[in-house]
Amino acid sequence: MEDEVIKKFLYVNRKAPYGTIYALESLEVVLIGAAFDQDVSLAFIDDGVYQLKKDQKTSVDSGAGMKNFSKTYLALGDYDVNKIYVDKASLDERGLTADDLMELVYEDEDDDYKEKSSISIVNQEEIAQLMEQQDVVLSF
Amino acid sequence: MATIEVNGKAVELDEEGYLTELKDWSKEAAAILAGQDDIELSDSHWEVIKFLRDYYDEYQIAPAVRVLTKAIGKKLGKDKGNSKYLYELFPYGPAKQACRFAGLPKPTGCI
Amino acid sequence: MLHTINKSPFETNSLETCLRFARAGHSVLLFEDGIYGAFKGTRFESLITDSLKSKNIYVLVPDVEARGMRTDNVIDGIKTVDYAGFVDLTVDNKTVQAWL
Repeated sequence: MEDEVIKKFLYVNRKAPYGTIYALESLEVVLIGAAFDQDVSLAFIDDGVYQLKKDQKTSVDSGAGMKNFSKTYLALGDYDVNKIYVDKASLDERGLTADDLMELVYEDEDDDYKEKSSISIVNQEEIAQLMEQQDVVLSF
Repeated sequence: MATIEVNGKAVELDEEGYLTELKDWSKEAAAILAGQDDIELSDSHWEVIKFLRDYYDEYQIAPAVRVLTKAIGKKLGKDKGNSKYLYELFPYGPAKQACRFAGLPKPTGCI
Repeated sequence: MLHTINKSPFETNSLETCLRFARAGHSVLLFEDGIYGAFKGTRFESLITDSLKSKNIYVLVPDVEARGMRTDNVIDGIKTVDYAGFVDLTVDNKTVQAWL
């Protein structure tokens, strides 16, 4: 990377997992992109919030016939991807609350490696602001 | 499609030499894959291979090298969680080569 | 900021979600099947009319014509653009969000 220009990347996830390939593709792009030390945020909106639903149970040989890639979101903290924003209205209209989501955490290097939650439940205005602050927005 | 023979059974590899099926992995397969790179697996190699397989089981991905190094340091100690130690064991890249021996796909984020 | 929509609002909720998050002064371009959201008489008309108070909405004419739809039936206030206009919009905005 020349001159270490750090750009702000936002990945917007709006599709449920398994039914289409978008969710998995997005996750893979995030993991690959994490190698480039950019300022990465993830937003989960509409059916995208279902990607973070806890208790997903499937495998290549059973269930949806795909690997349970929900486990991979738990590794995002290791990849320094720890700004995860979930749209409250999307949770509300699906009858979901924060308790229905996986606990995604990271270790804060600047705070004695204390384990902290990566997830913020935010309102429409906060997401709108977030989008506006980005250099690059990628939709999935 | 390339194959290797493990305990008298043909096991399929992809074009980069990784097992195509996770379930085909065995210690014998690992030893044969290592042999292809002229490496005889020591306890230190096995420790990393086991770590990778556990990581995959937990997160469903093979970690990128940066993540691997950090995680090994945390679990197995700082003297092992560094590039020098890992590259000595796996000269073609601790993530890339060790994942191959561990029967995992090429790490996501490995370019 | 420019938002682009290329799916019919009857097929996905991209248009509705986009308009929910787009801020005042942002531009929204409807193209490909997204153009179906641009017409009078659909159930999205009031949403569009409302959004036009604070946002700029554009529709890509070649995609309207390709689908046999009429530009004179486009909701008042939506601006029509050709491909060159589309390019200008992408150049004039620092960020582009292509809603899927």
